[in-house]
Amino acid sequence: MRDIVLLGLNHKTAPVDVRECIAFTADETDRALVMLRDNPTIGESVLFSTCNRIELLMAVDERDAAVTIAKQFIAEFKKVPLAQFENSLYQYVGDEAVRHTLQVAASLDSMVVGEPQILGQMKEAYRKATVEKTSGVILNKLLHRTFFVAKKVRTETGIGDHAVSISYAAIELGKKIFGDLEGKRVMLIGAGEMAELAVEHLIRNRAGTITVANRTFSRGVELANRFRGKAIKFEEIIDCINDVDIVISSTGANDYVLRKNQVKAAMKSRRNRSLFFIDIAVPRDIDPDINRINNAYVYDIDDLKGIVDENIEDRNREALKAQRIIDEAVIGFRKWFDTLKVVPTIVSLRGKVESMARQELEKTLVSLSHLSESDKRTIERMTGALVNKILHEPTDYLKKDGCRGNKSVALDITRKLFKLEENH
Amino acid sequence: MEPVFIIATLVYMLSCACYFGYLFFQKPIFQRTAVGLMAAGFALHTVSLVACGIRAGHFPVNNLHETLSVTGWAIAAVFLAFFFMYRLKVLGIYAAPLITLVMIAAYQMPRPMSQDPQLLKSWWLAAHIITIFLGNAAFALACGLGMLYLLQENAIKKKTRGFFFSRLPSLDLLDTTGYASIVVGFSMITIGLITGVVYAKAIWGRFWSWDPKEVWSAISWLFYAALLHKRLTVGWRGRRAAIMAIIGFGVILFTFFGVNFLLQGHHGTFTAM
Repeated sequence: MRDIVLLGLNHKTAPVDVRECIAFTADETDRALVMLRDNPTIGESVLFSTCNRIELLMAVDERDAAVTIAKQFIAEFKKVPLAQFENSLYQYVGDEAVRHTLQVAASLDSMVVGEPQILGQMKEAYRKATVEKTSGVILNKLLHRTFFVAKKVRTETGIGDHAVSISYAAIELGKKIFGDLEGKRVMLIGAGEMAELAVEHLIRNRAGTITVANRTFSRGVELANRFRGKAIKFEEIIDCINDVDIVISSTGANDYVLRKNQVKAAMKSRRNRSLFFIDIAVPRDIDPDINRINNAYVYDIDDLKGIVDENIEDRNREALKAQRIIDEAVIGFRKWFDTLKVVPTIVSLRGKVESMARQELEKTLVSLSHLSESDKRTIERMTGALVNKILHEPTDYLKKDGCRGNKSVALDITRKLFKLEENH
Repeated sequence: MEPVFIIATLVYMLSCACYFGYLFFQKPIFQRTAVGLMAAGFALHTVSLVACGIRAGHFPVNNLHETLSVTGWAIAAVFLAFFFMYRLKVLGIYAAPLITLVMIAAYQMPRPMSQDPQLLKSWWLAAHIITIFLGNAAFALACGLGMLYLLQENAIKKKTRGFFFSRLPSLDLLDTTGYASIVVGFSMITIGLITGVVYAKAIWGRFWSWDPKEVWSAISWLFYAALLHKRLTVGWRGRRAAIMAIIGFGVILFTFFGVNFLLQGHHGTFTAM
């Protein structure tokens, strides 16, 4: 019976320079799969490679031989000496391999637990394997089950809920204040990766006009063009506050860019419409006292980090729920896997008994040549019926759950009792 | 009538329980069941009131029992209307217990006969009563929305995400719905006051009697008129609007119940006990 073996390395076991060397591009994956298919020791295979993880999932007859060949294959294909990455490799067999695959797909093994891309990446890897016909009965079943369980984990646990990045957390807050972010006008003061990322998220949520203010006007124009917004001079900020709903601030200024009295006056002329300040700068750009004004909300980078940390804790708690779902799935898969052994055993048993019956029938009929054809057929039918009736109970017992989890033992005894050939 | 009233109350109670289930477990099945039960209770309640009215020959606001019953009915009516328009699921957690309490209170009240049934047989009166009750129900909901707004706003300002943060919708939605609620309420009580005044002229010969209820109704009307005016001109929205909605409902409560219990006047029959 074939074993499931998983060999690989990820961001927890190998540094980025090792992962860089071992990662397979899309083309390389295709070529590698063809080579693996041609190798007789590797029965079924699926190759999964991202920037954080490279894993080879196989169904093989001889575990140790397959592992050795797989390691050599990777070393040769990627032209990297085995010694350079061998220490980072981990190896899982049978139930543990199944569990690991489920965990990866459910994003429990990712850098950020609950990240949504991993499932799509795995599906793509599986698709390649089906195109190259490197996956068979076992891996097909395993991966189909994996995708099903991953989806179940996402919908039944909160593992993917809530933002775990500063920019996302800001957007989430914006939604709690404004409901829909569509059409909400944004002002970006300054520049910086996190701030610009937040603006991009807002644009994706169909925000309204983007106004950019930068001490260096040309830089402001550059950003404004990128976001298809308009640039204003730094001094114009306070005038334009009236016409925006969300302000993202990230300048290098040592002093506050906006003060309480300025915003208070602005609120009056804005007729108290809500204003949301996202202050990513250190030292802070927005006077925190502004938070005390009615309908104005100020969140600085510590506040946002606090939300992200809480969310990460939540996700880790949800990960426990996910583990329970995965544990159940591993047991379910093992049950299916065991039935694979039943069929050949039953076929084998039947074959042996039927061939014994046939031999005896032929011997007997030779010495009964005086019998009519119909009489001979009657005797044939009798032997057939005898074989069926004798095998009925044992077959039933092996097929159904009658052996209550001790299927392997029952199968083993059956083979021993009837001296059946071991077949894989 | 009696058994239908009790069944309606029980159905409201079940709806209330489902809303609490939704609040704690956040499973959509709780919410859907709760609204379904609310609608069912409302249907039964309508039947009960109509039967009561037909039997008595006039609008059933004879005494405190009937008045409270109609109040509960009006709140359910306005809540269901708002739910179907705005899909504000979480408001049920305020409306359902409120309706249940009102109905239980109604049940406890004795039911003396009407002093002057003739007084109550009139279409102007029916219009007056219905619009006033619906208006008050809308203000009750606006008050609830105001409270939810303050809860959520507090969570966002204090940067703590407690039990309610994820269960409540956005501030904007709460504010907008609260505003809509007040507009509906104000329109209703405007019609209510006009019909009341017309009816008073028909029955008592005078448009205005300086009856305490009339005075306080005018005060309520002025309060909400000012609120709406300020919102449109100066921008009394968000936190201020929420607080005003709660205060306004306090005024309404006094106008509706306080006046009857603490001051004398010709609206006394409605809270006869």
